[in-house]
Amino acid sequence: MKSHLLSTGDLSRDDALLILDTAEELARVSQRSIKKLPTLRGRTVVNLFFEDSTRTRISFEAAAKRLSADVINFSAKGSSVSKGESLKDTALTLEAMGADAVVIRHSASGAPHRLANWVRGSVVNAGDGTHEHPTQALLDAFSIRRRLGRLDGLKISIVGDVLHSRVARSNVLLLHTLGAEVTLVAPPTLLPVAVESWPCQVSYDLDAVLPKSDVVMMLRVQLERMNAAYFPSAREYSRRYGLDRDRFARLHDDAIVMHPGPMNRGMEISAEVADSPRSTIVEQVGNGVTVRMAVLYLLLGGSEPAIGGAE
Amino acid sequence: MSDAQNQARAVLEGPDIHRALTRIAHEILERTRGAESVVLLGIPTRGATLAHRIAGRIAQFEGIKVPVGAIDITMYRDDLRLRPARPLGRTELPPDGVDGRTVVLVDDVLFSGRTVRAALDALNDVGRPRAVQLATLVDRGHRELPIRADYVGKNLPTSKSEKVKVFLQETDGRDAVVLIKGDDR
Repeated sequence: MKSHLLSTGDLSRDDALLILDTAEELARVSQRSIKKLPTLRGRTVVNLFFEDSTRTRISFEAAAKRLSADVINFSAKGSSVSKGESLKDTALTLEAMGADAVVIRHSASGAPHRLANWVRGSVVNAGDGTHEHPTQALLDAFSIRRRLGRLDGLKISIVGDVLHSRVARSNVLLLHTLGAEVTLVAPPTLLPVAVESWPCQVSYDLDAVLPKSDVVMMLRVQLERMNAAYFPSAREYSRRYGLDRDRFARLHDDAIVMHPGPMNRGMEISAEVADSPRSTIVEQVGNGVTVRMAVLYLLLGGSEPAIGGAE
Repeated sequence: MSDAQNQARAVLEGPDIHRALTRIAHEILERTRGAESVVLLGIPTRGATLAHRIAGRIAQFEGIKVPVGAIDITMYRDDLRLRPARPLGRTELPPDGVDGRTVVLVDDVLFSGRTVRAALDALNDVGRPRAVQLATLVDRGHRELPIRADYVGKNLPTSKSEKVKVFLQETDGRDAVVLIKGDDR
């Protein structure tokens, strides 16, 4: 029996709500002076990061440590990977060290799925290529629910570089499961090929979508993944798809603005909007630790995982 | 209710529970000099409900508002690895916390004592009470740890294979303590 968190598409509505409810209780723990819980004492969590990431790795590390798990950080730079070791051999090495869970970030879409076949412990996808980033979607859903009190029936717009965004895919799948209506807004060049098959609507016109949105999630323009010209210029992109003061003013009063970070201030989001009280960008980071604690607890805390279903 | 199955017997009915809680409230008042610096902390879910009821009684008798809260012990259990991960209960501490106070832990059934041990560990992480006492609606025996209750609603001799189930109006729609004859295990 084993279970992993590889895709938000694997989560049933009950699974997703269990994670959010667990995180809600754990959020209270992070307000007290002793933030540590003894729950995962004696368990080992390996952070296997083949791609640079500061906030996600630190967030997972903090989450595991607050649950008293032992944490081993492994980054590809300066490791045996740079000497040409394959993912499988790295996985088997970690397995031999007795990892109960492997948190993996990899530039290749699907790497966590492969890993899941090679190790006995639980695999948590911390972002694979342009595919998925489930814990980010969970923390986004958690942040929305904390601010607006619900997810069911909300109109959520995800704006920007959907093509390169694992956050967008994970969010569309999860938010749809949780009953929200998701609209993707992007220039045609930044939408993936099979987007019609996703459980969401698609629009090219941000100004038409904004007034109807309860939540606007801005995506980072991933210049480092762009090997072709997807839009004429940064200024042009910003003018059509950036969230600036004027567009912000057209949102209804209760609407919130999100961004998974790191932001390109002035590109997809203006500094003024990012720092406004209706932006959840800073609390998303704090919520990230809480949600990852919930995921680790539900995967490792019992005799068998409580989410994701049995294999 | 689903306890209509094999030989379920109500050992306490609504009025019995009412009287037991009234007595516990009086005993707490007596032994803590009028509930001075007492905090009632229930163990979710039914212990928390009972804590509120006891606080209600104390308010009724002496007009004192005793701080009430709940302390979830799930993350501190020693049997976590024997079952799939459980959903968490709610921890709600009174605004002034527990430091320097007499905490009365409230649970519905005292059995092995492991829940109470977990509660003591959990309490340790939220503050340093001056003293900790334990109130339970039913003490069914079979302790596995050196733990005893200070206030007991009813001592209920049971065999280890039996189950004791507490129903409360707030969560279950009625008040009763039911003894279910065990055939499994």
